[in-house]
Amino acid sequence: MNRFLIPLGVFAVLVAFLAVGLTLNPREVPSPFINKPAPAFQLAQLHQPALVFSQKDMLGQVWLLNIWASWCAACRDEHPFLVELARDRVVPIIGLNYKDKSNDAKAWLTRYGDPYTVSVTDANGRIGIDYGVYGVPETFVIDRAGNIRYKQIGPITRQALDGKILPLIRELQKS
Amino acid sequence: MKALAALLLALMPFAAWCGEAVPTEQDPVHEKRAVKLSEQLRCLVCQNQSIAESNAELAVDLRRQIRDQIKAGKSDNEIVDFMVQRYGDFVLYRPPLNTTTVLLWGGPLLLLVIGAVVLARNLRERRHRAAEPELTDEDHRRAEQLLTGGGKDRT
Repeated sequence: MNRFLIPLGVFAVLVAFLAVGLTLNPREVPSPFINKPAPAFQLAQLHQPALVFSQKDMLGQVWLLNIWASWCAACRDEHPFLVELARDRVVPIIGLNYKDKSNDAKAWLTRYGDPYTVSVTDANGRIGIDYGVYGVPETFVIDRAGNIRYKQIGPITRQALDGKILPLIRELQKS
Repeated sequence: MKALAALLLALMPFAAWCGEAVPTEQDPVHEKRAVKLSEQLRCLVCQNQSIAESNAELAVDLRRQIRDQIKAGKSDNEIVDFMVQRYGDFVLYRPPLNTTTVLLWGGPLLLLVIGAVVLARNLRERRHRAAEPELTDEDHRRAEQLLTGGGKDRT
């Protein structure tokens, strides 16, 4: 009897491990930035390149940093949600235009709507690297003290918005 | 024919312009370090490739970042730390030993120990069995019968 029970037990453990492994998403790499200060940047604004914008300008507010590009197809999927957030004045959204051409970016915003309080340009992707960006779009929720509290990797979905992002924003805005 | 040869000869110097690989880094020692570092770092876009192998745009940017930092005099550890700070331990192909990776590092050793124990037990059991063949009285009787040629099962 033992002869069969032991291999069967080993097999069951293996299956359990593999089953858990299958449900994990390898694309969702935990961000090392959670509960850490948002990396500093000083970038030219998309619409007024002469003006510089820094993450410090948002201190005291809960805000979203959305990394996007006009060449990014998934950005179009999440865009209506951002437009909705901006329309309802839920939270200020700063758009970081990542490795894009300014003219393309501006045309894209004209076409699909501009939800951003301020847009900044990161033409060579340096600030993207500082934020650990690897798959556009990505969205960071940043609290009043300037700490990153949540990172959405990939497009914002209705599920992520209602399940995580909005409750977190409301909670952070209360404090 | 002569004219063609002359034309080809005239064009010769231009041939030297094409096909020459542009060295990405002038200093060969720096280049070696950059390649070695980028081989140890995982590209997050195509996760089964290192930054050295991947042609994803992010990998190209990160390779440039590594070269810039080497040029700026940063040590290998500082550069790896820079990457880990931004992308987490996940970028390391050689993950550090900590509470979440204990099983990863200790697993093979654990399996080896379990294997050794099972092997030792099996061997001891087998030797035990070989040393003392347990024959019942019935077996003795049958052996006797066979040896004396009175076996009933003989056809």
